[in-house]
Amino acid sequence: MSSKFLVATFSDADALLRAVRSTVRADFRIYDVYAPYPVHGLEQAMNIRRTRLPWVTFIVGVCALCLALTFQFYTTVLDWPLNVGGKPDNSTLAFVPICFELTVLLSGLATVAALLLRARLYPGKNPVLFDDDVTNDTFALVLRQRDASFDVHRAWRVLQENGADRIREKEVES
Amino acid sequence: MSSTVTQVNGKAPAEAERQHASMLPPPVWVDGDPSLRKITNDIAGPLEARPTKGWWICLAVAGAALLNLGGMVSYLFAKGIGIWGLNNSVGWAFDITNFVFWIGIGHAGTLISAILLLFRQQWRTSINRSAEAMTIFAVMCAGMFPGIHMGRPWDAFFIFPYFPNQRGPLWINFRSPLVWDVFAISTYLTISLVFWYLGMVPDLATLRDRAAGKIKKFVFKILSLGWNGSFRTWSRYEVVSLILAGLATPLVLSVHSIVSMDFATSLLPGWHTTIFPPYFVAGAIYSGFGMVLTLLIITRSTMNLQRYITLRHLDKMAKVTMLTGMIVSYAYITEFFVAWYGGNLYERYHFINRATGPYAWCFYLMVLCNVITPQMLWFRKARTSVAFLFVVSIMVNVGMWFERFVIIVVSLHRAFLPSGWGMFYPTVFDVGILIGSFGLFFTCFLLFIRFLPMIAMWEIKGVVGHGAHKLVTSRVDQEAEAVHV
Repeated sequence: MSSKFLVATFSDADALLRAVRSTVRADFRIYDVYAPYPVHGLEQAMNIRRTRLPWVTFIVGVCALCLALTFQFYTTVLDWPLNVGGKPDNSTLAFVPICFELTVLLSGLATVAALLLRARLYPGKNPVLFDDDVTNDTFALVLRQRDASFDVHRAWRVLQENGADRIREKEVES
Repeated sequence: MSSTVTQVNGKAPAEAERQHASMLPPPVWVDGDPSLRKITNDIAGPLEARPTKGWWICLAVAGAALLNLGGMVSYLFAKGIGIWGLNNSVGWAFDITNFVFWIGIGHAGTLISAILLLFRQQWRTSINRSAEAMTIFAVMCAGMFPGIHMGRPWDAFFIFPYFPNQRGPLWINFRSPLVWDVFAISTYLTISLVFWYLGMVPDLATLRDRAAGKIKKFVFKILSLGWNGSFRTWSRYEVVSLILAGLATPLVLSVHSIVSMDFATSLLPGWHTTIFPPYFVAGAIYSGFGMVLTLLIITRSTMNLQRYITLRHLDKMAKVTMLTGMIVSYAYITEFFVAWYGGNLYERYHFINRATGPYAWCFYLMVLCNVITPQMLWFRKARTSVAFLFVVSIMVNVGMWFERFVIIVVSLHRAFLPSGWGMFYPTVFDVGILIGSFGLFFTCFLLFIRFLPMIAMWEIKGVVGHGAHKLVTSRVDQEAEAVHV
């Protein structure tokens, strides 16, 4: 299925920010903004909710910590207790470094995996580029023409008034 | 008249000071005012051009050293570690010295990419990518040494616990710092690799969209994961970068602390001391910055990146080098003080032997390089002279290698019983494998600067594109105009 989009490009981050604010004020829902770098202040302008990815880090971190502690306890206390230099079987303090390392390792990897899943990024994916230069020096504001109620002319006018360099309609397979 | 100033221009001093501070321009980390397109061209351009003659010469030298490493390690596997100069007194020498040396080098990369990110230090943006690459290559070199130091390297997987456990129900000893080390270093390598790659994804997308050749486009398409600059993704991406930085910060401190515990948990005079973890971490950052300086001074001039890696960057790095150098010096003094004040006969003998024994020249070389040399960096002229900094950076590397040699070999060669004393003399294989590890490191680094963007384009664009930079550059322009008028 393909959808129709209205793409406005800007050469300057400040112009983009102004346009985003005006577009939101004019009651248009912004599909997305494309930029060569993360522009500060866009989150507030676009009303993006804070990501819940830190929860993945926290939950996986806690699980990894428990797993590491349990595994070391199981091997050295339950499965095969071995007297090493007279140290106690359950040398909990000596288990701390490995618990820490495994917590960092697993929570870090899980966070990155969650990011890739959430953002639908995977090796070899065909990128959907709304402008050829968004990874170079161009900023693009994209509105989706959901149905007949979308007022293209009004949207066009709002974008033009806010200094868009170029506005065009684009059809993208999705 | 009262001697205390209560009002400046009708304002309280604190208020006036605050106003003055807010008027000071923020530092500019990129020279000139390059457009976003120019930044892409400056950094991605050299990757598309033919490599220079200088690059080929460097690669030939590094490649030769790498070949030498391959040959010598093969011979080592065939013959056993008897080909090294190790003996019953000195069972750890060049191998473990090289291991600690290379692990230390890696630490500067993580400091720059993670800790300075948390501190919002913008000067890191020009150098973080190459410093992280350096970390990964250095950790690879480091990881090689304990592996080849094992008598039976084909059984190296024994250091990991695995299922099904073929050693009966016998497990590895989780109380041993050597096992902690295995976990610390593999975690460090993995997280650094992921952090480095993730940071590169937007730039790989830039390269993909520029690529002219079919093969290049195909490879970059796979590597860039379909990145299209979506801001919803950027927003999550920045949060994940911060999380990874937050995880990497305690991780990097833990890695060299655990390496130091390999020594500190033993009873050997010279090793058995509680200051080792912070002392090793400071030394690691010191030596790492030495290596970053060496690499960046070479690459900025050979790849014409002076606009992005400015003298102000070198100045900052020199300051970190000086600070950590002084922490290391302080640790040296503490060690000697404790040896005297602690009253332990063996400990005291060890430190006398360190300064007057057969390896005293190593000790004095280490003091020259690590205590005296960084003191030159108090002078601004020294910190902004590229040639001088290059010499200092080499001396830092030499000094830190010898520090590890002194800690390891000098402690081992005269421990408790005089009947167990001995000397270590390196063989051609000790030296050859050390040189070979530099070959591995530099081959990787040269290939990296040839095929991947060595400066984070998107981060530089963020620094240049945002208000502070524009404000300053426009103010500088106005001032320049005013002078002309």
